[in-house]
Amino acid sequence: MEVKFNVRRYDPESTDAVSHFQEYQMDMDDSSTVLDGLIRIREEVDGTLSLRCSCRSAICGSCAVKVNGEAGLACNTKIIDVLSEDGNTVTVEPAGNLPVIKDLVVDFQPFWEKIRAVEPWLQPEGEEPETEYLAPDEDMLHLAGVVSCILCGACVSDCTVMEVDSNFLGPAALAKSYRFVGDPRDDSAQQRFKTLNEDGGVWDCTRCMKCVEVCPKGVAPMDRIMALREQVMEAGYTNTNGARHAFEFSNSVKHSGWLDEKKLVVKSFGIFNIKAMIGLIPLAIRSQRAGKVPPIFHKNIPGVENVRRIFEKVETKK
Amino acid sequence: MLDHDILIIGAGLAGMRAALSAKELGADVAVVSKVHPVRSHSNAAQGGINAALTDRGDDWRDHAYDTIKGSDFLGDQDAIALMCEEAGSEVIAMEHMGAIFNRDEEGRLGTRAFGGQREARTFFVADFTGQALLHVLYEQILKAGALVYEEWFVLSLIVRDGKCGGAVIMDIRSGKIEVVRAKAVILAAGGLGRVFEPSTNALICTGDGMSLGYRAGASLMDMEMVQYHPTTLKGSGVLISEAARGEGAYLLNSENDRFMLKYAPEFKELASRDVVSRCEQTEINEGRGIDGCVLLDVRHLGEKYISERLSQIRELAMDFANVDMAKEPVPIMPGMHYQMGGVKANVDGETGVPGLYAAGEVACVSVHGGNRLGANSLLDTLVFGRRSGVHAAEMVKSIQHLNVDDSAADDDKNNIQKLLANDKNESFGQIRLDMGTAMKEHFGVFRDEKGMLEGIEKIESVKKRAEDVYVADKGSIFNTNLLFTLELGFMVECAESIAVSAADRTESRGAHTRTDLPDRDDENWLKHILVSQDEDGGHELSYKDVVITDWEPVIRQY
Repeated sequence: MEVKFNVRRYDPESTDAVSHFQEYQMDMDDSSTVLDGLIRIREEVDGTLSLRCSCRSAICGSCAVKVNGEAGLACNTKIIDVLSEDGNTVTVEPAGNLPVIKDLVVDFQPFWEKIRAVEPWLQPEGEEPETEYLAPDEDMLHLAGVVSCILCGACVSDCTVMEVDSNFLGPAALAKSYRFVGDPRDDSAQQRFKTLNEDGGVWDCTRCMKCVEVCPKGVAPMDRIMALREQVMEAGYTNTNGARHAFEFSNSVKHSGWLDEKKLVVKSFGIFNIKAMIGLIPLAIRSQRAGKVPPIFHKNIPGVENVRRIFEKVETKK
Repeated sequence: MLDHDILIIGAGLAGMRAALSAKELGADVAVVSKVHPVRSHSNAAQGGINAALTDRGDDWRDHAYDTIKGSDFLGDQDAIALMCEEAGSEVIAMEHMGAIFNRDEEGRLGTRAFGGQREARTFFVADFTGQALLHVLYEQILKAGALVYEEWFVLSLIVRDGKCGGAVIMDIRSGKIEVVRAKAVILAAGGLGRVFEPSTNALICTGDGMSLGYRAGASLMDMEMVQYHPTTLKGSGVLISEAARGEGAYLLNSENDRFMLKYAPEFKELASRDVVSRCEQTEINEGRGIDGCVLLDVRHLGEKYISERLSQIRELAMDFANVDMAKEPVPIMPGMHYQMGGVKANVDGETGVPGLYAAGEVACVSVHGGNRLGANSLLDTLVFGRRSGVHAAEMVKSIQHLNVDDSAADDDKNNIQKLLANDKNESFGQIRLDMGTAMKEHFGVFRDEKGMLEGIEKIESVKKRAEDVYVADKGSIFNTNLLFTLELGFMVECAESIAVSAADRTESRGAHTRTDLPDRDDENWLKHILVSQDEDGGHELSYKDVVITDWEPVIRQY
């Protein structure tokens, strides 16, 4: 099939170094991947095209790029699955949220620094046993779902928080942290929770699901971040906006059957947090103007008992 | 000029294991790798790592014998015994560092069966054991604070009076070239799969380390022994782990016949790899294949079991062959997978060139001989990676740096200028493809004299053309075009040494099967072939007897 590859190019050494799209018309097999196309371009058409790739089987994590605006591995993305509506174009760009070095090659340094920041190594306590540590198979199988992360950066590329907050540890590093928190052999969970609870940690995720969507290995980073939030709170780290937000959210629904948004905001920041309260005033005014202020009196919904019963059931189950 | 006690080339399992053991002993260690450590090809090992644990009722001697038999008695028995004896402690060390491993009901390490072995002694993490171990070692590198030159390319080794004293390296990101002075250099740069087309190997497996060692005066040994893996996907040639057969998969021909029952009544699908690949190729050649393939069938294992233990390969088959293994058999064929040969090294990694060590696939100790058992490669990398690191760390304590300065980079700088200025029009992609296709055709599962001589001629012509490659990219930053051209030089040299070694071995043994000389010849060929560079830059062949300790060669049956 005839495919038009629309590839974003950038050459830092050229006199007018601006990024631009370049088109390559290629005749590809129906079974070809985007990576097959890129490799053929650089081997047959244009040797100056730079990209990282190695294993061709979705295990080395080198070739994460944006295909039609969404991150994924070029090597396991079939062209036929991503052709544009007019039937013949594929757009390839470098991964997002990381500085571009050249063409499709991005600078992974910020990525590795964040991985490093979660102290990604097993930290057991006490003497090593003579043989292996004993650990239940189901725990290990569960961890296998996170250990299978290949650190390709697809989740970081498309993370909507990292786009605006470079301080956020991000989905890959947090999933990596979960891998140790969830390991029965690791004894440093308390220490790890402390870091995870800080700014840039688990509470900065907005639950947009993007990382879950684009992960080529089914690691589901956001689910791991949510699990970490629960564990952080269970460990007693409740004095954060995020933890208070979660508590008040569930309290409000349990109490009245629906969300009391005024109270949620105030409780999340803490009523005595004068600075935050003052900071909310412009928001309140804007909401008022837009007619979006919730009712002053928050009434229970009819049948609220049923909602409470659901809560009781879930809580006893836990 | 940069300065280190030990410079390790390659950041896969062997390289990082060497770095950790040397650093533990207080040496100033640096690792240089052309890709970030977690991108290394150790990733691709799917099935597991072998070890005979005594507390499981297994015996390292049994593991050793299975390995020796697997090698078709070309492996050196003293080295094999040592590797098998140390296997248990290496696996346990990896577990202590954090490797998760699948477990048994008591929470201890669980095993699966693998080819050519009488016991199930393969420890595993689902079907991505290599990736799991590679990431654990990277974690330990971070913990230890070991220095890694990430995305630096090694241009040459520095040799003075026959001794190795460092390397010339290039920062891929900037194009900057640096001299690294080191009292010891450990080659841990992996294999050469890209010399063949197709290959299961990653695009980075271009024989750099073997060629660097060869140019520095070391010998290449057992180069004719190239492993064809029995189960690679039709079309793309992507690897489907032996774990599939370890878990009970069948191999079927076009008549729906489990043909391995006929060839290997005892081990069936789990005979050693050279045997299974030959049987498949025979079925295909005799007209019982389907489009040049046979079928791998796991359907009887059930969907749940498949998704628990073989999830990655199920995904691979879906992504790359459009087949759901749980519902249909997968078309597979033998595909080039591993180089048993490499830079001749002893059990401490010493190559014979003072200051130069080698470990992992780049090396030939020789523990794999004519054919490597599945799940022995990870073991090889860890045992000999660790030992090389330890030996080098001890050795550097008592020696001085060689007299090396920045001028050591002059030749490489000139060479690169020459390549960039070349106005000829050969393309590295086409040359590599021609070389790879020739290697597959003439040095494949079955070989004969006429074919191999033809192959040698083709490689000679490829070598000439490789001098005229046009490098389109003239820049300094991430010039992958230039890197591929440099890699092509390494690959051609590896191809040549495979070809001349293969043509020299006038018998069939292990992966080297000659249709014109089908028998094993123990009388004349219980020896390794070594290739080294003579004074005029040509090949010189020599021989070394196989070390036989407790196990006399017998006819191999599975």
